[in-house]
Amino acid sequence: MSTATTPEAGTAPASSLLTRTGLVAGALVLALIVAAFVGARYGLLLLIGLGFGIVLEGFRFGFAGPWRQMITKRDPGGTLAQLLSIALVAIVAIPLLADAGGTLVGARAPVGFAMVGGAFVFGACMQIVMGCGSGTLVNAGSGNPVSLLALPFFAIGSFAGAYHLLWWTELGTLPLIAFDGTSGLVVTLGLLAASAGLLLFLAAPGTRRIPRRLWIAAALLAGLALLNLVVAGQPWGVVYGLGLWAAKGATALGADISASSFWGTPGNMERVSQSLLTDVTSLTNLGIIGGAFLVAVWRSGLGQGLPDLPKRAWVATVIAGFLLGYSSRIAFGCNVGAFFSGISTGSLHGWAWFVAAFGGAFVGVKLRPVLGLEGRR
Amino acid sequence: MRTRRLTAGLTVLFIAALLIFDQAQSEPVNRFQQPATIALGSGQAAGGAHCAALPD
Repeated sequence: MSTATTPEAGTAPASSLLTRTGLVAGALVLALIVAAFVGARYGLLLLIGLGFGIVLEGFRFGFAGPWRQMITKRDPGGTLAQLLSIALVAIVAIPLLADAGGTLVGARAPVGFAMVGGAFVFGACMQIVMGCGSGTLVNAGSGNPVSLLALPFFAIGSFAGAYHLLWWTELGTLPLIAFDGTSGLVVTLGLLAASAGLLLFLAAPGTRRIPRRLWIAAALLAGLALLNLVVAGQPWGVVYGLGLWAAKGATALGADISASSFWGTPGNMERVSQSLLTDVTSLTNLGIIGGAFLVAVWRSGLGQGLPDLPKRAWVATVIAGFLLGYSSRIAFGCNVGAFFSGISTGSLHGWAWFVAAFGGAFVGVKLRPVLGLEGRR
Repeated sequence: MRTRRLTAGLTVLFIAALLIFDQAQSEPVNRFQQPATIALGSGQAAGGAHCAALPD
């Protein structure tokens, strides 16, 4: 999921066997420590997060990049792979949710004005910094300086967006609509097929295929997303965890978050007081960063030079990072929590998010060079 | 020339600092009150700490 700001380090020598063994052993030891001292579920979730990071970085499976490819080159391969992965999850997750008796929940949220607007802004910002929810984590883990700078502001934005969430939902929100059971699965798969059909119809000649590596990545990602659901009881998500990191920071600096209609609820207050190592999305987020780092070192990909960007690009990164966090909270998720997990667990809001964010992506693609994020010419 | 070794190293430092801060600031983990290893079939209700969830 590296951005296009710098050339790939394709000629770098491979890391040594010792380094690679150390990387894998280190990751396993960390997961074992978490399992032993915090809890077995949490150790498993860290491993699942590491898997997400390894698959996303290892196979270069992304969200922002493929959408850009579709918009600028009418190449639908990466976006089709996303839809394939979502479909694979839906085939298992939607029936599972119907039979789980409340032990599993879907990523289901209501459609509303702020939700749609938030998704539009997120779609624009993820093109500006070439990093979505998962992409920012992966790119930071693999040493991308734009994502590294965006990440803390993403977390602050997520905290602020959650703080104001109920104000935004009161602007106008439909009742929660979800596609349940067998009929819900048929509707979801039908809509995914229709979306794929539209992409194929719009595609440039010679691009109507999914590359082999993305077939593999889509299947692996679906398997990991289902493991996340079965182990955690909830689907794969990103932005709640990031907001929680900032909420902990705000509390440590003396802020009173009990007045917030979101952070002040007993459940969220408890999470702010508990260790991040007991929070599902924090664990998978940490795992994603760690997995991407592992792949980058494995490939000896850290020798790549840093991009020479103008000042306005760094300012834009800070603002876009904040907006990524804020908008994804009022949109009830990012490309992971709303688009991937929302659609694959039958939520209508995932579809509304997809349409609105793709619209925003057109704006973001135009803004990126204006803001200097294509690098100096 | 600066490379990604610098920024990847900063990311690792950021995560390490976050975890140290978290351990210093959070309540101790009670290992005797942990959820089941796997939620499915555990009989325990799902938590709801997800970006799609409205507050309780």
